[in-house]
Amino acid sequence: MNSLKSQGFAPVVSDLKKDGSEWTVKEKIMLGLSPKEYWAVQLRNPFNWVLWAIYAIGLPILVGRFIFGLGWVTHSSYDYPWGLFLGWGLFTMVPLSASGFMMGTTVELFGRKDFKSIERLGLLNGLLGYTFAVMFLQVDLGQPWRLIYPMFVSLGPAAVLFLVAWHVATYLTCQVAELVPAFSEWMGFPKAKKFIKSIVLGLTIAGIILSTLHQGALGALFTYAPGKVHPLWYSSPFQWLHFFVSAVFAGLSMLIVVSTLTKWFMRWRCDENYLNNLSKLTLGLAKGASMALITYLVIKIIGIAHDNNWAYLLTGWGAWFMFEMVVGVILPLIFYTMAVRNSNASLARFAAILAVFGIALNRLNTALIAFNWQLYREIPHWRELVIVFTVYATYIVVYRAVLARMPILYTWKEKK
Amino acid sequence: MKKLNRRSFLKGGLAGGAAIAAVGASKQAVAGTHNFGGYPDSMGVLVDLTKCVGCRTCEAACNKEQDLPEPDKAFDDPSVFEERREGGLPRRTTEKAYTVVQKYDVPGREHPLFRKVQCNHCNEPACLTSCFVNAYKKTPEGAVIYDKTVCVGCRTCMVACPFYIPAYSYSSAINPVVKKCIMCYDTRLKFGRPPACVEACPQEVMTFGKRKDLLKLAHQRISDKPDAYVDHVYGENEVGGTAWMYLSDVPFDKIGYDTHLGTQPIISYVKEFLGMVPMVLTIWPALFTGFHLLSNRKDALKNDDNKS
Repeated sequence: MNSLKSQGFAPVVSDLKKDGSEWTVKEKIMLGLSPKEYWAVQLRNPFNWVLWAIYAIGLPILVGRFIFGLGWVTHSSYDYPWGLFLGWGLFTMVPLSASGFMMGTTVELFGRKDFKSIERLGLLNGLLGYTFAVMFLQVDLGQPWRLIYPMFVSLGPAAVLFLVAWHVATYLTCQVAELVPAFSEWMGFPKAKKFIKSIVLGLTIAGIILSTLHQGALGALFTYAPGKVHPLWYSSPFQWLHFFVSAVFAGLSMLIVVSTLTKWFMRWRCDENYLNNLSKLTLGLAKGASMALITYLVIKIIGIAHDNNWAYLLTGWGAWFMFEMVVGVILPLIFYTMAVRNSNASLARFAAILAVFGIALNRLNTALIAFNWQLYREIPHWRELVIVFTVYATYIVVYRAVLARMPILYTWKEKK
Repeated sequence: MKKLNRRSFLKGGLAGGAAIAAVGASKQAVAGTHNFGGYPDSMGVLVDLTKCVGCRTCEAACNKEQDLPEPDKAFDDPSVFEERREGGLPRRTTEKAYTVVQKYDVPGREHPLFRKVQCNHCNEPACLTSCFVNAYKKTPEGAVIYDKTVCVGCRTCMVACPFYIPAYSYSSAINPVVKKCIMCYDTRLKFGRPPACVEACPQEVMTFGKRKDLLKLAHQRISDKPDAYVDHVYGENEVGGTAWMYLSDVPFDKIGYDTHLGTQPIISYVKEFLGMVPMVLTIWPALFTGFHLLSNRKDALKNDDNKS
């Protein structure tokens, strides 16, 4: 698509074509190309070839999971009831999707209108991340059709997971509402946008509350297993804070990573306003992320001091923990700080990749690697891994499809 | 007057299901000043490990009573004791076996020591407190039972159980559920009868009775024969106390028991978070609206100036 644009192709940016007639919905879905051109573009894209390969292997296995049960795709471990579906799909994807409430807060609540051009990308990253976290959950649940049981059939309100279920559900609704303006512009329903604008402050504050609690609750889930999670990754009083604070830099770093990808691979879809502001905004996000990182580093140290876990630092587990902290927290912190000082957006982007890696490592450590640290390590079944790739590939496909169409990376030109 | 305990309080709270977070808070408030500590007349089982000879009659009785599938190896086949699951660990409870006997070769002990494993039926079960569909129930008789018709299959109870007891029927695609010992509640305990395994044991390893009486009995046995037992009734205080308790002549940490579980029920580690939830729900809106007013004060002042 980038090459198409350099040849003079103009993507859809308003209700009207150049000749003054209106785009139909079908034409909008086809990106303003003729069907023939559209499919030709899809076939030419080598990234799509990779996706088809993943689907060719992954879809049959995903279907097989629902026909033959979880036992067919996992090792059916009683000792490790949670595997990659939750370790990656829920515990890692949710913090990486914290960008939604972060950007809502920055722009709508703190009034930083200068972040407006990246706000919608932050919101979309949040919405899709949560949506696919639920997809992963549905793959993992023994009886996914009973997902609504904790809501309406049999309630266990004193359980942490009950809070997660309700909050993720309400927050998803909240995030859909926050993205209605983008959808309404694209579809041409101005009324919906106006309505959301009138309640945006309420939505934003609801987003902060729900995010604080469910990001924290994902951490608190592990406080049910005090003896199972290695003490360096466990803190009864602070686990929820560790998860919440790390979600802040996780969401901001993921937003930097995604915005960098759009700048490279979807440049055709970005408008001048977005591209010109991106480096400056990346540094703004970097500043926020570095503050969250230093906070996180200090509260992690406080966590170790509170339980007097210093001795564990000298063990093999301690070395692994130090690796996570140095590569995933301290290095990104240093690079972000240097990036902000020297106005070096590229360095901030590198720091963001490290921080995203660090958060994934932290969540996988807590949920899988340092879980049952006194027993043995569980190596996931290959089919489990294939399903993770398949669902994640779908996440990327949907993400890309929305970015290509709705006004996320560009500003919609309203009718005069 | 019936004393208000945590569970009955919670049930009352359930009626007002709308106030979800508030229920979590109330639970915290009640639990902060009282410890549940178990039903006063609940039943339990005292297991004297020194008497067990590893005949596995209990396993066979459980299999029959609970209508479980045929085992891979016959119940009189001693080779199961040498089986190792991942990590070199002895076999554990599964979806097909709610109780298993393990063998430990203890240096210096004349015979190997056999250990029967099944659900310990905690006074304040971690599985129960972690379940988001309220499937579990601690009955006044002492059993921890569950309603498999509401189980969603999140498997948090398996994560939460400090004894690694609940298993899951992963093999089923359409109706997988949690599987564990229910102390023969439906068929026996409810009617005041001991669980099948207890009754079947030819060595009288297990004693069924009121938990408080069993505790007295356990300490009596230790004080009668201080050389024959270690001075520890496992399950008396572990994670808030369990209905099944154990006596041994070998230190418990040498025969696979986790002796670092502490005396607090698992839920006590989660309370700090649960208590914070209603605070965030009430404080955050005002706090962040305040931030909003603060950060937009210049615009507000400008508007005022324009009006005057």
